[in-house]
Amino acid sequence: MKPESAVVSITVNGTPHRLEADTRRTLVDLLREDLGLTGTKIGCGQGTCGACTVHVDGVRVLACLLLAVTVEGGQVLTIEGLGTPDGGLHELQQAFIDRDALQCGFCTPGQIMSGLGCIGEGRANTAEEIRESMSGNLCRCAAYPGIVAAIADVAEGQGA
Amino acid sequence: MRPFEYARPSDLAQALAAAGPDTVFIAGGTTVVDLMRLDVLAPRRLVGLGDVAELRRTELDGDPVRLGAGVTMAEAAALPLVRERYPALAAAIDLAASAQIRNVATLGGNLLQKTRCPYFRDASSPCGRRRPGDACSALTGHLEQRAVLGASPHCVAPYPGDMAVALVALEASVEAATAAKVVTVQVADLFREPGDAPHKETVLGDGDIITAVLLPAPRGTSAFVKLRDRASFAFAAASAAVSLELDHDRVVAARIALGGVATRPWRSSEAESAVSGERLTPERAFAAGEAAFEAVARTHENRRGIALGARAVTAALLACRGG
Ligand SMILES: Cc1cc2nc3c(=O)[nH]c(=O)nc-3n(C[C@H](O)[C@H](O)[C@H](O)COP(=O)(O)OP(=O)(O)OC[C@H]3O[C@@H](n4cnc5c(N)ncnc54)[C@H](O)[C@@H]3O)c2cc1C
Ligand code: SF4
Ligand code: FES
Ligand code: FES
Repeated sequence: MKPESAVVSITVNGTPHRLEADTRRTLVDLLREDLGLTGTKIGCGQGTCGACTVHVDGVRVLACLLLAVTVEGGQVLTIEGLGTPDGGLHELQQAFIDRDALQCGFCTPGQIMSGLGCIGEGRANTAEEIRESMSGNLCRCAAYPGIVAAIADVAEGQGA
Repeated sequence: MRPFEYARPSDLAQALAAAGPDTVFIAGGTTVVDLMRLDVLAPRRLVGLGDVAELRRTELDGDPVRLGAGVTMAEAAALPLVRERYPALAAAIDLAASAQIRNVATLGGNLLQKTRCPYFRDASSPCGRRRPGDACSALTGHLEQRAVLGASPHCVAPYPGDMAVALVALEASVEAATAAKVVTVQVADLFREPGDAPHKETVLGDGDIITAVLLPAPRGTSAFVKLRDRASFAFAAASAAVSLELDHDRVVAARIALGGVATRPWRSSEAESAVSGERLTPERAFAAGEAAFEAVARTHENRRGIALGARAVTAALLACRGG
């Protein structure tokens, strides 16, 4: 069977796109290869590491386990969509720096997108709750204490 | 991944009509995309269920309570009704996979997820569950977690899901649409033991669509306990769900199901008999866990599964009496 393609309409970080994509294209490949948004990483490609975490329609999801065709009409937010228009950092990005929440940085975009979901879901009330809610994001450098602290800082600041 | 055409039916009738040979339904896709990438699933046509409104139909004030099969795990676990009246179900979902996966994975997809057996997931290994007629590679190979209950010489892989275990203890059903009619099947009867045809995983036909999970009014209290190799985000080494009617500390009726240690969600009448009519003491709860495996000959290989499964039952029973 020869490759099949489909038209996918999708809004990424506020910008609408309409592209012709192979039906096999995953969301993470569409972001990285077709749109050049390489902030979203691919670790395992199997749903176990969380490096590919983005938001679709307001919730955190794994872009490696989503086919682009199934996200038709969706609103996608990636790490590139955070921060202020003049290039300033989002408060959770700043908190990651302040708390030394990274070493190599490979897992960081996924950690931050997942951390935002954790805070938004109201699951950042205690360190234990944050660890449980963030268990889908692995860090080979084991920056976990800093990650938990950064998320707790932002959640507290927001009165969560 | 092999090329495939993608269909996106907008209602149930179209979705049923789109089924056919070499067709796979996709809901959240967290099992399907994973397995397509491994060439374990290689459909010519993928049918997306995301636009089928019937699968979102949820009725919380009905008896039974109806949860649409297309509702996500996160949405279901967030319902106050589920948390308050069906604690075993809420816990089974909370303890399954990760927050990101629960945000897209659906109730129907969760029930029908595929085994984690490494030979099933390796498209080049013989596996009778993946390819009818193949010998089972795990029998002679290395499979750490073998099913203690319900295994056959043709397949020894445990059913991996958590939710179905809770649903069996809650005596829930699924509603499914076939091309001809709508049927209701108890979750306890949905899954087949492998026998000599491990590829026949459920009693449903290939093109049938699960439309809803139906929860009868809860009787008594319920609890779900999951034992894992690490503190979180792992499949069950063993799990147990219990739904219990108590009169003070005496058990009036018990419904007990096990996961992680059986080829399908496993209801244990032996464990239930061991506590029915008795005072629920720690010793009695322990005996019930042991009873679940009384028919199994102990070997070096199944010792761990038996110990974990028995302790999961004990812990779930004691959780029901609030300790
Ligand atoms: C890293 C990882 C960890 C996980 N850990 C756990 C865990 O700890 N516990 C646990 O229980 N699960 C776990 N899972 C499994 C996960 O919960 C399932 O993949 C998910 O629930 C499947 O739902 P889905 O909607 O994504 O299904 P899909 O992938 O879309 O479909 C799964 C199967 O169901 C069929 N299907 C889907 N909907 C219907 C329907 N309405 N009618 C008929 N057929 C249908 C599909 O054709 C396919 O065969 C894990 C998964 C991953 C990737
Ligand atoms: S145990 Fe079952 S799933 Fe695993 S290789 Fe054998 S037949 Fe396949
Ligand atoms: S790359 Fe998606 S979870 Fe690892
Ligand atoms: S900072 Fe290196 S993997 Fe997390």
